Amino acid sequence: MTSTTLGPIPVALASPSIPVVDPDAPLLSVRDLRVWYELKRWGFAHAGDVRAVDGVSFDVARGESLAVVGESGCGKSSLMKAILGLNTPTAGQILFDGRDVSALRKGDLKWFRSQVGYVQQDPFGALPTFMNVKRILEEPLIINGVDDPVERQARIEQALIEVKMSPPAEWLPKFPHMLSGGQQQRVVIARSMILGPKLLVADEPVSMLDASVRVEILKILRKLQEEHNLAVVYITHDLSTVRYFSEHIFVMYAGRIAEMAKVDDILDDASHPYTLALLSASSDPDARNALVQREVPPGEPPSLVHPPAGCRFNPRCAFAMEGVCDEREPPTVEIKDEHLVHCWLYDKEVMGDRPLGVPARKELVDGKPL
Amino acid sequence: MTTTNGAVREPLLEIEALQLHFKTRSGIVQAVDGVDFQLPRNEATVIIGESGCGKSSLAKAILRLLPRNVHDFSGRVELGGEDVMLLNDEEYRRHVRWKRISMVPQAAMNALNPVLRVGEQVAEPAVVHLGLSKDEGLQRALETFAQVGVPADFLHRYAFELSGGMRQRAIIAMALLTDPDLVVLDEPTSALDVLTQANIMNLLKRVKKESNTSFILITHDIATSSELADNVAVMYAGQIVEVGDAASFFEEPLHPYSQKLMASVPRLSGGDELEFITGQPPSLINPPTGCRFAERCPARFDKCDQEPPIFYKGERWVKCWLHE
Ligand SMILES: Nc1ncnc2c1ncn2[C@@H]1O[C@H](COP(=O)(O)OP(=O)(O)OP(=O)(O)O)[C@@H](O)[C@H]1O
Ligand SMILES: Nc1ncnc2c1ncn2[C@@H]1O[C@H](COP(=O)(O)OP(=O)(O)OP(=O)(O)O)[C@@H](O)[C@H]1O
Ligand code: SF4
Ligand code: SF4
Ligand SMILES: [Mg+2]
Ligand SMILES: [Mg+2]
Repeated sequence: MTSTTLGPIPVALASPSIPVVDPDAPLLSVRDLRVWYELKRWGFAHAGDVRAVDGVSFDVARGESLAVVGESGCGKSSLMKAILGLNTPTAGQILFDGRDVSALRKGDLKWFRSQVGYVQQDPFGALPTFMNVKRILEEPLIINGVDDPVERQARIEQALIEVKMSPPAEWLPKFPHMLSGGQQQRVVIARSMILGPKLLVADEPVSMLDASVRVEILKILRKLQEEHNLAVVYITHDLSTVRYFSEHIFVMYAGRIAEMAKVDDILDDASHPYTLALLSASSDPDARNALVQREVPPGEPPSLVHPPAGCRFNPRCAFAMEGVCDEREPPTVEIKDEHLVHCWLYDKEVMGDRPLGVPARKELVDGKPL
Repeated sequence: MTTTNGAVREPLLEIEALQLHFKTRSGIVQAVDGVDFQLPRNEATVIIGESGCGKSSLAKAILRLLPRNVHDFSGRVELGGEDVMLLNDEEYRRHVRWKRISMVPQAAMNALNPVLRVGEQVAEPAVVHLGLSKDEGLQRALETFAQVGVPADFLHRYAFELSGGMRQRAIIAMALLTDPDLVVLDEPTSALDVLTQANIMNLLKRVKKESNTSFILITHDIATSSELADNVAVMYAGQIVEVGDAASFFEEPLHPYSQKLMASVPRLSGGDELEFITGQPPSLINPPTGCRFAERCPARFDKCDQEPPIFYKGERWVKCWLHE
């Protein structure tokens, strides 16, 4: 850490009343988390549940960046809201710094909010239009008891410098509409960092921005992560950015984890049929792309109210095994160190004499000639 | 124009010195300011560039879908050898738009009318512009749905009953319905998921191969652009600064802006450290004289104070003094 970090937050917030469960625990631990939304008919009768997150477990170590990748509606934002304490989990547990988030009460919640920063999906709606940059950054400090205006000013300026908005004096009086998308997103990041959090949850922080601005923002986030030993949960649907930004990744499908591993292991050795489908649908710029048809699984993601039995990907999976994948929930198999795959193709008993894993198919990666 | 194997490429669309300026309270916005390019028949040209550089305005200028606050609309637009700028608005509407050039506007899939069935909306251009009866129009819509992979019964559904991917297909069907020579697609996949995007790009590739339609594809997503491109045109601050065939362009972009843009694209395969372009594009209200990229250009030199003309490099061209 450099000497210019934003520093710890005032004493009043620094010591939550709940004792630490396990001091050696990862910074964030999510266990069998479920976030279901009740569907009501006529405004009151129970008509089912949207199982947006349905049995998800993972850890994030201090200073680590974890990417959560999946298609629209697979439950990424629901997961994130649960981590931020904005959604009450239907079941399961979230431990932050060894403390159960759902057990936090008033004073502790304030502490928790100062420990977890949040960068939301759409920079254009994230900032209050009627506040200038100074007010936007000052507000969380006032709410969290930084009473000394001199200290507040110092913290605000420091935060702006860290997101490369220097000199701060030039930016402080500006209102959001005077800023470009990338600049607005930098203010959002400065605001999320101003209380000196240990964890940053970034929900598609760059998906609305241009390629070049994207790189600039991701670099800023990466630098903050390294300099502050900040843990980051990076939610995205874009596989191509994760290698530059995260150490670990999990791929989510229909409320569940399909595959989880170190980033290089997923990108170089994707093992779940859904991950392979995502990779074969993505491309690097290359004129030869125009000459092939990409392999895309048929159909669309399932209803989360009545998800398919067995593996949720089975109606679209080219490798689905009848009587297995459509009936039984697939096991989680550790195919190598820290590389987990949630798929029957890796189950020794089911596969018998057949080789484990997805049968090699070149066109899955390169596409079929037109 | 000739292809690599020597065949003559007949131009379908030729644009020269096209201007579209808007009047605003803060001044004149020069959204399209001296655009030149040619589109060969049966090919796809992609237009890439940052948000606000004028891509949608260029599309609107080509289709003459002009807002009220136009300050200046001028230049030459030749379609199949005919200067369509000489047509008045009524003639253009009757003979060119939809019949010969159709468009998938940016975010159109969210603009479908919620109270009309999808089929009626998709059939409308055939009824209005080809003079078909309503039933014939629906029949045509049905055929086009089959072509783009929308189930027949979706004809009778409402937009909110369709997924984003299906809505976008229906909109593409609408643009293909009148069998135009040219379809302009403005960011057709940017709001969609990876798998849906790949599906739509597969569809466009297939239509392009099976029909005689040419495409202009506007996108800020460079990887996606390479999925359809025969040619690439790079737009910066209201102007096209480079045009070339896709293979050469993706191999070796010529303009310093194109090079920087390509260096900012993350690769699945990893590779070089990503770069970004410092600073911001210039205001289109008072764009700088000389090269518009100069303020951000690492290669800038004395000459760059003057506006660079087109320099040809074989079939490619670039507006940059380095290539004089
Ligand atoms: N408050 C809610 N009430 C009911 N259903 C909800 C609610 N919030 C989300 N959902 C549903 O839960 C599912 C998961 O939504 P979520 O926003 O978590 O997905 P996501 O992965 O973030 O999608 P996107 O990439 O589009 O942001 C979706 O089917 C969504 O419609
Ligand atoms: N009707 C209008 N009146 C005034 N200014 C306009 C009008 N339409 C567009 N502009 C301005 O013209 C410039 C170019 O806008 P345009 O929509 O063509 O950009 P774009 O390249 O399509 O951007 P994006 O990638 O964000 O869609 C912008 O500065 C925009 O604000
Ligand atoms: S469990 Fe079966 S259906 Fe699911 S991904 Fe594996 S092979 Fe496909
Ligand atoms: S003309 Fe000059 S400033 Fe413009 S891109 Fe070329 S080298 Fe850079
Ligand atoms: Mg979301
Ligand atoms: Mg646009």
